Amino acid sequence: MITLEISHLFLQQYWWFLVSFLAASLVFLMFVQGGQTLIFSIGKTNLERNLIINTLGRKWELTFTTLVVFGGAFFASFPLFYATSFGGAYWAWTALLLAFTIQAISYEYRTKKGNLFGPKFFEALMFINGLFGTLLIGIIVGTMFNGAEFSLNSLNNMSWHNSARGLEAVLNWHNLSLGLAIFFLARISGLLYFIMTVDDENVYANSKKRLLYNALPFLVFFIAFIIKLLIISGFAIDNQGKVFMENYKYLNNFLQMPIVLIMFLLGLIGVLFGIIKTYFSKTKFDKGFWFTSVGIVLTVLALFLNLGYNNTAFYPSSYDIQSSLTIQNASSSLFTLQVMSIVSLFIPVVIAYIIVVWRAMNKTKISKQEVEDKNEITY
Amino acid sequence: MTQLLLNIDLSLVDWSRAQFALTAMYHWLFVPLTLGILFIIAIMETIYVKTNDPEWKRITRFWMKLFGINFAIGVATGLILEFEFGTNWSNYSWFVGDIFGAPLAIEGIMAFFMESTFIAIMFFGWNKVSKKFHLTATWLTAIGASLSALWILVANAWMQNPVGMQFNPITARNEMMNFWEVLFSPVAINKFLHTVFSGYTLGALFVIGISSFYLLKKREILLAKRSIIIASVFGMIGILMTIFTGHGSAVQVAKHQPMKLAAMEGLYEGGKEAELMAFAILNPKKTFDNEENPFLIKFGFKGMLSYLIDFNTQTYVAGINDLIHGNPEQNILSVADRKILGDSALNALLDYKKAVENDDEVLANNSLKIIDRNFSHFGYSYVQKPEDIIPHIPLVFYSFHLMVIFGSLFVLIFLIFGWLTIKNKIDNFKYSKLIYILGLLGIPMAYIASESGWIVAEVGRQPWVIQDLMTTSAAVTNISSASVQLTFWIFAFIFTILLIVEISIMSRFVKIGPEKPKNEGGK
Ligand code: HDD
Ligand code: HEM
Ligand code: HEM
Repeated sequence: MITLEISHLFLQQYWWFLVSFLAASLVFLMFVQGGQTLIFSIGKTNLERNLIINTLGRKWELTFTTLVVFGGAFFASFPLFYATSFGGAYWAWTALLLAFTIQAISYEYRTKKGNLFGPKFFEALMFINGLFGTLLIGIIVGTMFNGAEFSLNSLNNMSWHNSARGLEAVLNWHNLSLGLAIFFLARISGLLYFIMTVDDENVYANSKKRLLYNALPFLVFFIAFIIKLLIISGFAIDNQGKVFMENYKYLNNFLQMPIVLIMFLLGLIGVLFGIIKTYFSKTKFDKGFWFTSVGIVLTVLALFLNLGYNNTAFYPSSYDIQSSLTIQNASSSLFTLQVMSIVSLFIPVVIAYIIVVWRAMNKTKISKQEVEDKNEITY
Repeated sequence: MTQLLLNIDLSLVDWSRAQFALTAMYHWLFVPLTLGILFIIAIMETIYVKTNDPEWKRITRFWMKLFGINFAIGVATGLILEFEFGTNWSNYSWFVGDIFGAPLAIEGIMAFFMESTFIAIMFFGWNKVSKKFHLTATWLTAIGASLSALWILVANAWMQNPVGMQFNPITARNEMMNFWEVLFSPVAINKFLHTVFSGYTLGALFVIGISSFYLLKKREILLAKRSIIIASVFGMIGILMTIFTGHGSAVQVAKHQPMKLAAMEGLYEGGKEAELMAFAILNPKKTFDNEENPFLIKFGFKGMLSYLIDFNTQTYVAGINDLIHGNPEQNILSVADRKILGDSALNALLDYKKAVENDDEVLANNSLKIIDRNFSHFGYSYVQKPEDIIPHIPLVFYSFHLMVIFGSLFVLIFLIFGWLTIKNKIDNFKYSKLIYILGLLGIPMAYIASESGWIVAEVGRQPWVIQDLMTTSAAVTNISSASVQLTFWIFAFIFTILLIVEISIMSRFVKIGPEKPKNEGGK
């Protein structure tokens, strides 16, 4: 067995980084969900809807699998979070899972003969997935800043103190504004994805027009979320591992970790640049998607690092502050993290083949001709 | 000590079990076909690439579309299952998450991404990438699917036989000490091989069944014949390995889960020369504490059970009564004895917690020793009555025998179909109609055998969620039983609708048949 002379704390931070990276990738890949909420507004004709659904259809698995791996990686590295949050915020997570369950079949079944309900039904399922998938993720992540109502006993068994079991998070406007920001952000990247991958004038013109309608609400909700975040007090940890409220905790984290702050600002610039360049360009600029996507990854990554690093409790309890989870008290044992870290060396390989396959599949834009060809297996 | 137990209501445990069973059984309706048919498709495509015969491409694409319909719903049910460990078994997730989480994460990183990335090429890449690239993608998808089976089954095997870990009283959980012991435990190896080969068997029977349908309707003869050749050879390997590793699994069950074995064979009184039942009907009046005869009708082989688990008819096989009341001659402790030891471990754990709070080093050290010594009985502290450790006997017994009987029948099916096709008699044989019907019946039989297997494995280990260490009642999330009940019905409703739609699409698809032969070139 290979032994690593690396401290437990280092590995906890490493795994927090990986989990954050997965979360960031998940939000970036939610262009699929965002795109799904635009099926009816961009796709005016059947053919246009087919175009949109088929271009998204090549990628939905990737988003889905990232969600799955996000869950698995969180379980392996911070099992106490997995046990506490999933078991506690039962209804919030269950609702999220249901929204994804109905997505998995809707591409495959939409145009198949014998599907009993007809294409509109499956398009509606896609819409529901797009709406709740993004909104709920944002709301749940919101509770990681604002706290949730749980407590742990001496054997680390969890009790939840709100009978809405996680759905109560919706009532907090701060959580909700993050949810809505992610919803509109996903729609923006969905539009940019259409512009990049679909070879059709109507889809292009329509998508471009809608970019603005979605960018404005995104900005409103996102800025509201950030301003509030920077002024609230946050859940900090002292030297003894006790949790206390610190004023301007998240602002302080940014200031004390300037790299994270820079990452956050660069990310924001990337997101805005992608949108603005696409919208105002006189010629057809179709690579905005990549600027925005890199921007999303950086922004979300920075938010998560702010949440977990610098002696911050990443899943605070507003019911019993000392039950709050930190990357230290929620993590797996040193040995398990070592094993998992060796496994994590595969991640670059995975990313590499995902890129190879993405490029092979997106070499040419998708066109009406391709969607009409019965010989291509299409959705 | 009972502070944990008192507030857990039994209907909550039952509903949580029902919900997990529902999701798992639904998931398992789709998984084995994915595992098996992918390899059959990969073999077909390999022949296509080698021969360049467009008919093989048509055949490959036909099965691939059927696979796609199945895959989508497998993924949908799998997602729920993964998160259910957290939502419904949160105490479990903490108690063993340090060991159990790792395989789940490795599965995601190493297998699920592989499967879902290359599947895009399989479906949409025909005209986008080279033939070789496409073929590679198909093989990688097939391998990815079986790899994903590896990790989840390692996790499951660990629950049946927890190894490679140590209890940490500070965090109140089990921590992994040796990854290889977890990965290469004989239970895990047998379970993985038995499960994937049973999936290959099911995939082959599915292909033979659909092909039989075409032969019966006298359509698509060439497609049917070619498919049958591949499926019967692949299926024969599958079933032989299934039987071989099934036997291996039974040996492991005898070693680590004697109660499960006793339930599988309806064995109340242990002994040497234990009898293996070929077929039997259980006496419904029989309980562990009365003198009724266990069987109404039985047809078994004396000594065979002892022989099968140890190649020695004189090997003692423990019965239900031995395990409940203990049997000092065979070194078997009674449940009551084990409960005393389990209680002492749990009390020592609580003492240890107090001792640490009060800086009482002596008490802490003493408690640690007691925990160490008695930890292998830890779960018995949650057992209220001795008979609670008996699983549902009829369910386990009949499922086990159905699986074995069908398994033997499958050998015959593959032999007949393989032989008739190779002799080129499959469509002009005297009793061919009967044979086709047998082929069609193979499909439901395969699914029944496969689901039965999981019932044996999972119901047979009740009440343990982790053998001897944790009962289901201690594992469950602290939540109102009404919530779980509601999700149970929501899932039942959604999954059932999805299943109905899937079957409807599949049968329509089979009726329409493969795309018409066409010149090479696609567009
Ligand atoms: C022996 C194989 C096997 C077993 C016992 C299980 N699965 Fe499974 N699972 C697969 C084999 C598989 C697969 C072959 O890889 C799937 C099945 C259908 C499919 O199309 O992919 C899959 C899909 C699948 C997915 C979706 C993956 C994706 O996004 O591609 C998840 C999250 C799970 N499973 C999780 C589970 C959990 C938590 C299980 C245990 C309780 C479980 N599976 C039992
Ligand atoms: C997909 C194949 C599987 C099927 C069909 C299956 C079937 C079942 C069934 C029928 C039960 C209910 C038993 C009862 O309540 O009496 C159950 C419970 C359970 N199974 Fe499985 N199982 C499968 C795979 C797994 C795997 C791979 C794991 C772990 C990695 C697992 C872990 C559990 C757990 C935690 C429970 C809940 C506790 C319990 O009720 O025993 N199962 N499963
Ligand atoms: C014919 C001889 C067979 C024997 C002796 C056999 C034996 C066994 C045993 C002992 C188990 C329980 C393992 C455990 O609890 O850990 C098991 C489980 C299982 N069996 Fe079989 N089996 C046979 C055939 C089949 C067939 C034909 C299929 C399906 C096509 C099948 C599918 C399964 C499955 C899916 C499981 C659950 C997974 C597992 O625990 O390995 N088996 N089998």
